[in-house]
Amino acid sequence: MTDRLYEGADWDFTTLQRIHDACEEIAEKELGLNVYPNQIEVITAEQMLDAYSSVGMPLYYKHWSFGKQFAHQEASYRKGLMGLAYEIVINSSPCISYLMEENTATMQTLVIAHAAFGHNHFFKNNYLFKQWTDADGILDYLDFAKGYVAQCEERYGRAAVEQTLDAAHALMSHGVDRYPGKKSLDLRAEEKRARERRNHEETSFNDLWRTVPTGPTKSASLLSVERRRALLGLPQENLLYFLEKAAPRLQTWQRELLRIVRNISQYFYPQGQTKVMNEGTATYVHYRIMTRLHQTGQISDGNFLEFLQSHTNVVFQPNYDDRRFSGFNPYALGFAMMQDIEKIVTDPTDEDRAWFPDIAGKGDAMAVLRDIWANYRDESFVSQFLSPRLMRHMRMFHLHDDPAVSEGIRVDAIHDERGYRRVRRVLARQYDVGLIDANIEVVDVDLAGDRRLMLKHSVLNGALLNEADAKRVLQHLADLWSYDVSLAEVDASGLVLKEHVAHPRVMAAAA
Amino acid sequence: MAMHIVDRRLNPSSKSLENRQRFLRRAKALVQGAVKKASQDRDIKDVLEGGEVSIPLDGMSEPRFYREGGIRDRVLPGNVKFVEGDYLQRPQSKSGRSNDAGEGDGEDAFRFVLSRDEFVDMFLDDLELPDLSKRKLAEVENEGLRRAGYTTSGSPANISVSRTVRLAMARRVALQRPRPETIAQLEAELEHCSDERRPELLAEIERLKSKMRRIPFIDPIDIRYRRFETVPKPVAQAVMFCLMDVSGSMSEHMKDLAKRFYMLLYVFLTRRYRKVEIVFIRHTDRAEEVDEQTFFHGPASGGTLVSSALQAMHEIVQSRYRPADWNIYAAQASDGDNSYADGDLSGRLLKDMILPVTQFFAYLEVGESGSHPFEMSESSLWTLYQRLRAEGAPLSMRKVNDRSEIFPVFHDLFQRRQAKERVAP
Repeated sequence: MTDRLYEGADWDFTTLQRIHDACEEIAEKELGLNVYPNQIEVITAEQMLDAYSSVGMPLYYKHWSFGKQFAHQEASYRKGLMGLAYEIVINSSPCISYLMEENTATMQTLVIAHAAFGHNHFFKNNYLFKQWTDADGILDYLDFAKGYVAQCEERYGRAAVEQTLDAAHALMSHGVDRYPGKKSLDLRAEEKRARERRNHEETSFNDLWRTVPTGPTKSASLLSVERRRALLGLPQENLLYFLEKAAPRLQTWQRELLRIVRNISQYFYPQGQTKVMNEGTATYVHYRIMTRLHQTGQISDGNFLEFLQSHTNVVFQPNYDDRRFSGFNPYALGFAMMQDIEKIVTDPTDEDRAWFPDIAGKGDAMAVLRDIWANYRDESFVSQFLSPRLMRHMRMFHLHDDPAVSEGIRVDAIHDERGYRRVRRVLARQYDVGLIDANIEVVDVDLAGDRRLMLKHSVLNGALLNEADAKRVLQHLADLWSYDVSLAEVDASGLVLKEHVAHPRVMAAAA
Repeated sequence: MAMHIVDRRLNPSSKSLENRQRFLRRAKALVQGAVKKASQDRDIKDVLEGGEVSIPLDGMSEPRFYREGGIRDRVLPGNVKFVEGDYLQRPQSKSGRSNDAGEGDGEDAFRFVLSRDEFVDMFLDDLELPDLSKRKLAEVENEGLRRAGYTTSGSPANISVSRTVRLAMARRVALQRPRPETIAQLEAELEHCSDERRPELLAEIERLKSKMRRIPFIDPIDIRYRRFETVPKPVAQAVMFCLMDVSGSMSEHMKDLAKRFYMLLYVFLTRRYRKVEIVFIRHTDRAEEVDEQTFFHGPASGGTLVSSALQAMHEIVQSRYRPADWNIYAAQASDGDNSYADGDLSGRLLKDMILPVTQFFAYLEVGESGSHPFEMSESSLWTLYQRLRAEGAPLSMRKVNDRSEIFPVFHDLFQRRQAKERVAP
């Protein structure tokens, strides 16, 4: 064959270039993908471990927790408990994909098709990523964050910075805006703003202001509840945002650290909501590209078999009673749904026509898929496009576990006519980010009294917070707030089920 | 579309090294505890190996708000036998586990691997070398010579020919010194040339020759000498003498205790010195230098003369380990028996010959496990050494009966302290 991309397992940089170009041809002409420019980085296994421990980002500020992560992963890697991912891809522009040097040429092809085109397209087109992330700015922002944290360590001491970051990390999962607000994230502007503010402070510092008498403040009790809540923007579910804006005794740099953690958390927010879709898209894309490369003779039969083996491993879904089972494999579910949709669009059955009148038999599978990839997240994707055929195929069933029922766990629905809709609804809710994280919000501050910060956990289905952890997180929260913090766990009827209180420790930073 | 490939493989690896160090620093107390615990379980010989340690997660945890319990709905794949309305038994183990996780958080352990260096660092962290008798000598650093570039002055022996010739050539090329070949060529031409050309050639040859004279082949300014610098050369090698009584009264248990102590000392010294040699001297009523196997396991019997071992050590130091070049450490293990007549000689040898040249001399009196130190009557050797100490000899001495005491005793001997004087046990 003259037009093979490579032979055997070896590759070099010209091979990678050829592979990329071949994949690009198929991705653009045949699949109609629209991607960020690609940057492919070849790294060693150890660098891959490095990247793991900082959530896959190429640069990150220093913190002991990443070291802990690294130590842990290294231990399991060395023991052979864990294989390394073939790739890591970063939602940035240019889109950076890491390739491990140990991979064979076929694996590199797979990874390029999967990450550099599949994930890349998804990052660029999905509405959540468009709304919440700033691919152009993220690397610069991380660089800024890294420098800023290092600078703070120099100025204010490592212990103080570490304490603030520890606290911020504990609240990270509650540091995101869940509903699109005023404007999307602009990280470049963020960085500029922080620099300007610091410069301004430095140039305009005048110790005299400290001596100006401030005069009697308005009595806090004069503030009505409504006015107070409006002033503080309550209720507020973004705890980090609230602390950054309203915590009375934080230093400016501490507020900036909270902001950094919050911004990064927000950047990752869409990824948590689109695991199934994101992996499904990437897997579907690599499968299409690899198959086409094989059909056109650009990769040999042997290499295609090698690919199929990896692919099969990736989309393997163990059954619930398998020792290997740990929930739905997002690759398996996502890929199966994408293929299913392709079939519904191109070759529908009567059942498909009844369930999916909008897309069944439309003919152009890629157009439908591209539209889905752009406009859905896991929850809406599953609730709209999980077909009865797939539920039957994966033999899904719904378990309802109510501790009050002594008979045991009830099988509430299975893959039959009566159960389809319920199974689908419950599975979709499993991916509803609003239901995954505990719903905690700041409800009030006792401004007239002891400045206690009051939070509320709206308990759902009787699931309370883990007490030990909640205590620790609250402790961090109290440290940042500098006054007492209380958290009430309240059920739908308004009944308080449990109450936690934390008192601030003296922070090293307060000095 | 443009695509970039970047080769990151040559980037400095272990980008997360700093994070790891931060983690270790934060967990230091915990890791140190774990290291000590781990080192108790294994052979001391393996202490150097590093390896997996496990620390309690408490304090290293990263807490988050998360929920547990309550009514749960799940969709699972792979149903083969259930129909709607079936009930499944709640898995017993599962509920048990979740309770554990709720209550015994502190029990959760975090396992990770320490490198050899990290392990030993943690192990020996709060220990330091004793700066005892020979402190002065230890700091006298020999001066060594090191090449340090070139200089324009120096002794003829240090002329750097290649550098000199290179400079000369550069100068000749720069000043356009005529090549001898050119002159030879002109002279050859002179032989056969016409008359009118002759004076022209002669003038040319003369001009070239004079230029050649003016520009010498090697000029004094070309000459370069190799330059040497003196650098202090620290004494970076140590020898460790293991002296042991192997007479019949020493049981296997006692030898084991001694061995463990020697091992610790060895690990400790290898951390501080690039090169550590070990000399094993065993003695009954006479001493011999032996290899490690024989030292610990070879059979021997006879009386006990400690002076023989001290004499042997003194001779070996004299012949092989010049005190100026070597840091000398000695550890003696014995059950304390010594023939009464030998006391004086031993004392003199130790005081006059051994102690002045050693950095550190430790005496470890080993006893049977179970016997309480207070019940042991003072042995003859102990009494002798104690008298020497009282006279101001820099000796360290401890009694050990049980394996578990070895590390504390070792630790005690070497721990950092402000007070110069050691307190007798």
